[in-house]
Amino acid sequence: MISFISYLINGISLGSIYAIIALGYTMVYGIAKMLNFAHGDVIMVGGFTIFWTVSTQGMSPLIAIPLAVVLCTILGVTIEYIAYRPLRQAASSLVVLITAIGVSYFLQNLALLIFGANPKSFDSMIPVPPMQLLDGQITILGETTVTVISCLIIMGGLSLFIKKSRPGQAMLAVSEDKGAAQLMGINVNKTISLTFAIGSGLAAIAGLLLCSAYPTLSPYIGSMPGIKAFVAAVFGGIGSIPGALIGGLLLGIVEILGRAYISSQMADVIVFLVLILVLLIKPTGILGKKLQEKV
Amino acid sequence: MAMLEIKDLEVYYGMIQAIKGISFEVNEGEVIALIGANGAGKTTVLHTVTGLLAPKQGRIIFNGVDISRVKSHKIVSMGMAHVPEGRRVFAQLSVLQNLLLGAYTRKDKNEIENTIKTIYKRFPRLEERKNQIAGTLSGGEQQMLAMGRALMSHPKIILMDEPSMGLSPIFVNEIFDIIKEVSAGGTTVLLVEQNAKKALSIAHRAYVLETGKISLEGDATELLNDDAIKKAYLGE
Repeated sequence: MISFISYLINGISLGSIYAIIALGYTMVYGIAKMLNFAHGDVIMVGGFTIFWTVSTQGMSPLIAIPLAVVLCTILGVTIEYIAYRPLRQAASSLVVLITAIGVSYFLQNLALLIFGANPKSFDSMIPVPPMQLLDGQITILGETTVTVISCLIIMGGLSLFIKKSRPGQAMLAVSEDKGAAQLMGINVNKTISLTFAIGSGLAAIAGLLLCSAYPTLSPYIGSMPGIKAFVAAVFGGIGSIPGALIGGLLLGIVEILGRAYISSQMADVIVFLVLILVLLIKPTGILGKKLQEKV
Repeated sequence: MAMLEIKDLEVYYGMIQAIKGISFEVNEGEVIALIGANGAGKTTVLHTVTGLLAPKQGRIIFNGVDISRVKSHKIVSMGMAHVPEGRRVFAQLSVLQNLLLGAYTRKDKNEIENTIKTIYKRFPRLEERKNQIAGTLSGGEQQMLAMGRALMSHPKIILMDEPSMGLSPIFVNEIFDIIKEVSAGGTTVLLVEQNAKKALSIAHRAYVLETGKISLEGDATELLNDDAIKKAYLGE
């Protein structure tokens, strides 16, 4: 029982990271109607930025973390501007999808060129002491606490932003009907840029949390969590922000419990089995919207 | 000087020419009807005027400014609102959210509040349903919402694309009454309609569009009594 609880806690922790990454997928999908498969690699860029500034330049994490967020935000907006925007009128959405995969390989190989293939060990940047529960039978790491709290703050903040702010309402309008949104005076390109900015800034935070929880860093570190977060986004209902949270948490728990009770080698298989099952049983995901139109 | 002047407009979809050099004008305070059969290019004209499509040739002059290359999202703050075909309300947002998006380019909160009040006065049904999700409204109510949303920007001219499409006869009458009211309130109206009889009955002047060209123009009452029009569009 005790071990089940600690597995569950680990699952929630991992799931919170997936949820933060899934947000980037789901927002970009909801608003720009594209899958940004380079999203996971932005996480890696965030991780490397923090690693490089702190470990080799001796910067304080308090400067390095905001710096990574800013850099990833700029990176995300730049990727959209250079690679995706010119293809927005493309006849097939496949074109953008393949471009996104290309951007993903580009970022991985750029990191390979700069930092080399050897995994780096990443010192946790989270100076929060572990918590002992039930006379020390369960330990909750500082990283876990910070991850879960960050995830909740981000979800709450983002939901509030979309509900209450003018740019948030513009996002909702663009996600439903780009043409009608333009007629309201909404700049669709700017709104999509903002979406990429938010998603990529969050990817930097996900990079920090991921590398603190699993302290190695390599050019490929973003790719698997990125794909799993995509599964989480589909699981929860792609396009839905609460869906990203629910999908992320459930997937994290499934992965950790699968690793503990079924097989540690099979954990990834189980994760992708979830994707296949979701696509077979409820393709719109847990909170996915059914499109209804009145004529 | 005309408020809106279209000169030698040509629009293409890829290789296909949809609008073959048309010119017309809308004066301040007028209700102008653009009528014609399905596929004549009425919607294309409106989309080009508000920048959703780019013209290949020609000029669109609004209050003395050539807007033919102005981006769509900048048009509304120049004083032109467009009620698109099929209404295109934001179906997953509430009635109030839709109205507020109509005032997206306006900054003054108090004035927006006042405009909402006048819109509610004109469309009491929207006030009753302000928190309802727009997608659950009936077609007629959605049309009212689309009009109210366009009026939220305080336009000098409002472009309406097939406002009576798919509505029950009662709603059709109500919608045309509202267009008359909007016009009486000082807003210029450019109306695209397949319901030629109704459109001509409230318009000052009208243009008949046939496969991308203007085939006939004149006073609405004259057109209403024109034999060719009667035969082709009024079903008499």
